[in-house]
Amino acid sequence: MRAYPLFTPGHTAHTDLVRRISHHQGATATPNSLPGPDDITRTQLPNGIIVLARSNFNSPSVVVTGYLPVGSLFDSDEKLGLAGFVASALMRGTDRYDFQGLYDSLESVGASLGFNGGTHSTGFSGNALVEDLDLLLGILAESLRRPTFPENQVERLRTQLLTALAIRAQDTGEMASLAFDQIVYAGHPYGRPEDGYPETIQAINRSDLVEFQRVFYGPKGMTISVVGAIEPEAAVEKVAQALGDWENPRQPPNPDLPVLKQMAETTTQKVIIQGKFQADIVIGAAGPERCSPDYLAASLGNSVLGQFGMMGRIGEVVREQAGLAYYAYSSLAGGLGPGPWYISAGVDPANLAPSIEMISKEVARFVEQPVTHQELADSQANFIGRLPLSLESNGGVALALLNLERYDLGLDYYRRYPDLVRAITVNEILETASRYLDPQHLGIAVAGPPEIAA
Amino acid sequence: MGNSITKLELSNGLLVFLKEIHTAPLVSNWIWYRVGSRDELPGFTGISHWTEHMQFKGTSQFPPGVLDKAISRDGGYWNAFTFLDWTTYFETMPADKIDLGLHLEADRMTNSLYDPEGINSERTVIISERQGNENEPLFQLGEEVQAAAFRVHSYHHEIIGDLADLKTLQRDDLYQHYRTYYVPNNAVLAVAGDFQTEVISARIREFFEAIPSARMPGRRVRSEPAQTGERRVMVEGSGETTYIQAAYHAPAATHPDFFPYIVMDSLLTGPSNLNMFVRGISNKTSRLYRSLVEGELAVSVSGGVPATIDPYLHSIAITVHPQSTSEQVVSALDQEILRLHDTPPKSEEVARAVKQVRALFAYGSESITNQAFWMGYSEMFATYNWFTGYLEKLEKVTPHDVQRVAQTYLRPQNRVLGIYLPVSERGGSA
Repeated sequence: MRAYPLFTPGHTAHTDLVRRISHHQGATATPNSLPGPDDITRTQLPNGIIVLARSNFNSPSVVVTGYLPVGSLFDSDEKLGLAGFVASALMRGTDRYDFQGLYDSLESVGASLGFNGGTHSTGFSGNALVEDLDLLLGILAESLRRPTFPENQVERLRTQLLTALAIRAQDTGEMASLAFDQIVYAGHPYGRPEDGYPETIQAINRSDLVEFQRVFYGPKGMTISVVGAIEPEAAVEKVAQALGDWENPRQPPNPDLPVLKQMAETTTQKVIIQGKFQADIVIGAAGPERCSPDYLAASLGNSVLGQFGMMGRIGEVVREQAGLAYYAYSSLAGGLGPGPWYISAGVDPANLAPSIEMISKEVARFVEQPVTHQELADSQANFIGRLPLSLESNGGVALALLNLERYDLGLDYYRRYPDLVRAITVNEILETASRYLDPQHLGIAVAGPPEIAA
Repeated sequence: MGNSITKLELSNGLLVFLKEIHTAPLVSNWIWYRVGSRDELPGFTGISHWTEHMQFKGTSQFPPGVLDKAISRDGGYWNAFTFLDWTTYFETMPADKIDLGLHLEADRMTNSLYDPEGINSERTVIISERQGNENEPLFQLGEEVQAAAFRVHSYHHEIIGDLADLKTLQRDDLYQHYRTYYVPNNAVLAVAGDFQTEVISARIREFFEAIPSARMPGRRVRSEPAQTGERRVMVEGSGETTYIQAAYHAPAATHPDFFPYIVMDSLLTGPSNLNMFVRGISNKTSRLYRSLVEGELAVSVSGGVPATIDPYLHSIAITVHPQSTSEQVVSALDQEILRLHDTPPKSEEVARAVKQVRALFAYGSESITNQAFWMGYSEMFATYNWFTGYLEKLEKVTPHDVQRVAQTYLRPQNRVLGIYLPVSERGGSA
């Protein structure tokens, strides 16, 4: 935060940080009007695909984004990373296009499309000038339905994935997160990194990719959102043309998540990476699901703890008062399962112990004493006030529509949202926080240079 | 999108750009100062960026912490960036709250506290920020490449500054830097969004016009002499991955060669994104992706040429394939560049680069914050006309222009070649 622009290679991490902290994705809404049942079109195609659409004629562009309910939950331990490998390989060749032909079609018109494998789902996102929407949807459909996984492309991609894992092994932030997940989600699918390990990526064959796509990819549970300079009915019609005749009778339902076992005690794990200058810390526990009745109270509490203003109470103590870290904030994942609720910070290895102590103290205070009425009122005002900003761009609106569907919030959710936020009390936050962030049962993960072992 | 804007100059020299956009109930307010790391002398590197941090540490009217909360409470967000040539601050707020943004920027143009205790706590914050950067191999490499490329010009050091200076800079150094450069006649205010121009103009005058102008020191320019032979730098560090950064001395943003250069950059590594808050597009059909990544010599390649006042660097960053060597990659890179020297690109390739930029402009125009950014940003190294004429200038670029620019700039004698070599030391769990 407060750093450099993104014009020079290697400096984009700063903007990433801004994004993580602020949660303000870009945005356009109709003036003074949040999306609601009267201006969101929601249609279910006969094959099960849900289409959400909303118009914005302020720019001649369009965003297409969505997901399929297929992710690393389907991966075996031996071939962990398979779902992500498949997602990355979809655009490497299809019945109609080879790799270069596919990207040539997109890039020639300044359009983009990408797939991303997650734990529960595989997401996709693309944008184009509206005159090229047919092309974008056509390539989306080709990639999902008729990928060919050419042998040479699979091997090239494997090398790229392995290189990404080698880079991950050198990234203190990523390695701290990985260690954190292993502690907090021991024995649970969330304890596994969805991009796998070098040996599991090596174990995957081309035939695994082919089979995975044939079995798990299909229209059931797929959701797609189209936002931009097009009438909603026309958008739905175009999606139907591209994907309306897709069927896959083999498509299974998503596996249930096992119950997460609570940690017996606070557990610390350190990962030493030679040649590093800063240590990254992640401290926390499993949080509520997005659909849980606890979620909104937890989210407002999280804002007080490590988001509001300059990274909330955590930022105030660790950065502003002690000057120990450039970044120190808290985050609540939500999601379909018990995603993490954690505090992270990057510190000088010499300051590791006082930083952990300071953060732990703040967690203890957070679960023992209610936040003040003023703190709650501040975060409530922020949640309500920032909503229009999060809907500034087509991408922001498209994501907002997907969340309505994914978490079954109802099309009127953004209109009801201010009242829901205002209804949360300081006692609800305390009660919720104390159930999830028990100071005696936290995961503490650190990655950094050898000095952290001291 | 429309490009209709209002430009004002207040009596104290503050330039103001206003653009009404009524698509969402938001306003984005940016103030830009013509000061950046180029204005720093040895012993004072990083002072512009540190000053930027101190601008968030309070005034007597808005003590530390008050504004962070006030802006969050209103549902807005704010941030700042320091670059080679400039420093900028912005707030994007619900339209009815933008008064706060104007008020606080006018206030902190003159009234920031620079409290000694705040200076010391920020010293460790910035050192921590630098350590976080140093964890990244590409930062380590980029810092060495930049230093090797500029022996004379002050573009030679990283914006965040050298650790030696971050340890020794004092409160008075920072305060003097602030008082020297944070004056209305050295600033541009750019506001876009849901407002009435007449109303906001009056408010801007109320907040800013009483701030006195000041005599500015001339901007020091020590031109970099032409490089006469290739420079190579090696960085060794942890990990398993080799990286290459090839940096060519490039034209300034206002040089006529800049636009053909943009097209050439697009052909080589894909279109650069002019937007600050909008993602770009992929580069898988670019020439270097095809030769290096599809040729199994690299796993990724990217590039870009920033718009700067003085000639800066066109950088190509490459992640080397684990079964390849940096020599093989550099040889393939040179072959691809030679192809451009020998044969002009097809006119369809140039047209394609223009269409890509047109699409990126459309994506960028969705965001009010981004549109306000464009107005001030272009004024920092050229004028707003530079930006509004951007597409038109690109459309005039011919294949021969691109070839000529390649021949002029993409020569080994004009580049610094940086290589990050991993040294294997195993880590582990403790």
